[in-house]
Amino acid sequence: MGATCPKMLFTSHSNNSNRIMAIFSETELKEFAELQKRYGAPGASLLPVLWHIQEKRGWIDEAAMEEAAAICQVPKAHVRGVVEFYTMFFDKPMGKYHVQVCTNVSCMLRGGEKLLAEMKSKIGVENLATTPDGMFSIEEVECMGACGGAPMMAVNETFFETITNEEAHGVIDHIRAKNEIPTPRFVAQMPELSEAANR
Amino acid sequence: MPDTPKLILPDIPNLRNIDTYVANGGYGEALRKAYSMAPAAVIDEVKKSGLRGRGGAAFPTGLKWSFMPKGKEKKKYFLINGDESEPGSFKDRQIFEFNPHQMIEGILIGCYAMQIDHAYIYIRGEYAHWVKMVEKAVADAYAKGFIGKRMSEHFKPGGDGVAYTAEITVHKGAGAYIVGEETAMMDSLEGKRGYPRYKPPFPANAGLWGMPTTINNIETMTNVPAIMKMGGEAYSKIGDPKQPGTILYGVSGHVNKPGVYELPTGTPLLDIIYKHAGGVPNGKKIKMVIPGGSSMPPLRGDKLEGVLMDAEHLKEVGSAIGTAGIMVMDEDTDLIHVLTRIAKFYQHESCGQCTPCREGTGWLLKLLRRFDAGEAMAGDVDLLYDVAKNIEGRTICALGEAAAWPVYFTIERFRDEFEKRIKPGLKLKSPERVHSLRKGGLEPVQVHVPVVERT
Repeated sequence: MGATCPKMLFTSHSNNSNRIMAIFSETELKEFAELQKRYGAPGASLLPVLWHIQEKRGWIDEAAMEEAAAICQVPKAHVRGVVEFYTMFFDKPMGKYHVQVCTNVSCMLRGGEKLLAEMKSKIGVENLATTPDGMFSIEEVECMGACGGAPMMAVNETFFETITNEEAHGVIDHIRAKNEIPTPRFVAQMPELSEAANR
Repeated sequence: MPDTPKLILPDIPNLRNIDTYVANGGYGEALRKAYSMAPAAVIDEVKKSGLRGRGGAAFPTGLKWSFMPKGKEKKKYFLINGDESEPGSFKDRQIFEFNPHQMIEGILIGCYAMQIDHAYIYIRGEYAHWVKMVEKAVADAYAKGFIGKRMSEHFKPGGDGVAYTAEITVHKGAGAYIVGEETAMMDSLEGKRGYPRYKPPFPANAGLWGMPTTINNIETMTNVPAIMKMGGEAYSKIGDPKQPGTILYGVSGHVNKPGVYELPTGTPLLDIIYKHAGGVPNGKKIKMVIPGGSSMPPLRGDKLEGVLMDAEHLKEVGSAIGTAGIMVMDEDTDLIHVLTRIAKFYQHESCGQCTPCREGTGWLLKLLRRFDAGEAMAGDVDLLYDVAKNIEGRTICALGEAAAWPVYFTIERFRDEFEKRIKPGLKLKSPERVHSLRKGGLEPVQVHVPVVERT
């Protein structure tokens, strides 16, 4: 791999045959090529490509960064810089169920800090750490835009809003027992709905 | 209370479905009207409406549109800001969920008015579910021919309007508050780290890939079809004359019914808190309110009488409308703890380009942690104030102000809260020095940083 690195870093690759590894099928690569046509430069497809990698593999390793660099025609160092900049991209393996608890102001005012502490002790790991079995990781997150449903917890992409600590324990128990994320209780936030719901 | 118009989130169930939306007049009158006018006339109509941006700066939308070069010779781009990362803001999410097609219709009208053929909707990565909702809405609108090459089947531009097509691409972010800043968003969309750019050149001259670009907020765009339908003049009569229309007020914190409430601009703050959001739990008094998302200057709870929620009236009382995310804190709230959390946020989100912000946000946090731990020294209040003041106005983008404002306005308005945390005669164990621009010169100030548990 060593000899190819400098080339991978600084040349653009219209032909993907010299890719170091194959994360993507030819069909997917064609989709990326189509996607790149929607932007002013191929580099703009980097975030979408990284999202695809993370969805497939759970995190973005060195080899994947090289592949993303080749697809997006940017230096690998640029890809690394981007992966490190955005908090949602992981450059290390995280839990299959990534638990996120917001402690920013609106959530803090309604018990977010206590919820985080309880979830940390329930899962048994510190911030941004993963359980030895790879099942859970936990992250204290900044505002996720659920201030009206504070306090909130998210598991992967699923939001649990106006959640009590007991319910949060229930969510983790459910995942442990069934290996799936439970359906969140829907919290209506449309004005007329919230007015009606509180009447 | 008279019936207030609901222009953004009307009481229509299942409006997210394109058929429901079309059955209720969507992709119809507003687009036909816009396409029958000359592009410049559409901009004039938006100017006449008095619509101002809902993303924080409240800049007049029509004026912003008029900055774009005319004609179609040059490639131009439209970027719609759905990053919505300001703590206390959760309004755009309601549009994605409940009325995405009206937003798309607004984007199409904007594209036509500025003769742009490609718009990007940038949505924060945390909103993964809502990204999917918007992607579906865009795909549905493509399938029906409202977006893309088949647009002329539905609408024949009249007047001296030019036959045109527009594309819309949904782009998912990956977690960075700073990307909500318009120039940082352009960098992020280009696949880079989200670093704010110097202005000038302004985006209308050199934006995405160096081409003229206009950046508007999601909620701003959702207002546009309503303006086209009712006419700019009728719209300008809703709410406060200097910032007309309705706004999605997001109320959170210590209220009985947190949520998003669509009300006319200029609605009294206390009405929003007590009449709509159900008041403060257990009948407690309000200690502090942040009226426009965490970066806006906080207001004292005993000075809320008569405060009207719009850009100009809030300026008069020393705050700003921001994203209209109202955070309410009751009398038992530990303001220092709240402020420390806010400082932690800005320290975490500083992109690191400008020294005053990169270093200053860290110092704000260190100092505030000392107050939070009750280990502040005499003089620390002034030091904190100085550090905040020295960030303000010395950075490329407004994150500097966003970090500084909550701190120094809270000091100005709640100084006693800080002084209560000073430990008299505190001896320094591990002194550090910070240079603070005090009295116009560089003057070293001793700073003691206690060991405070980091979370």
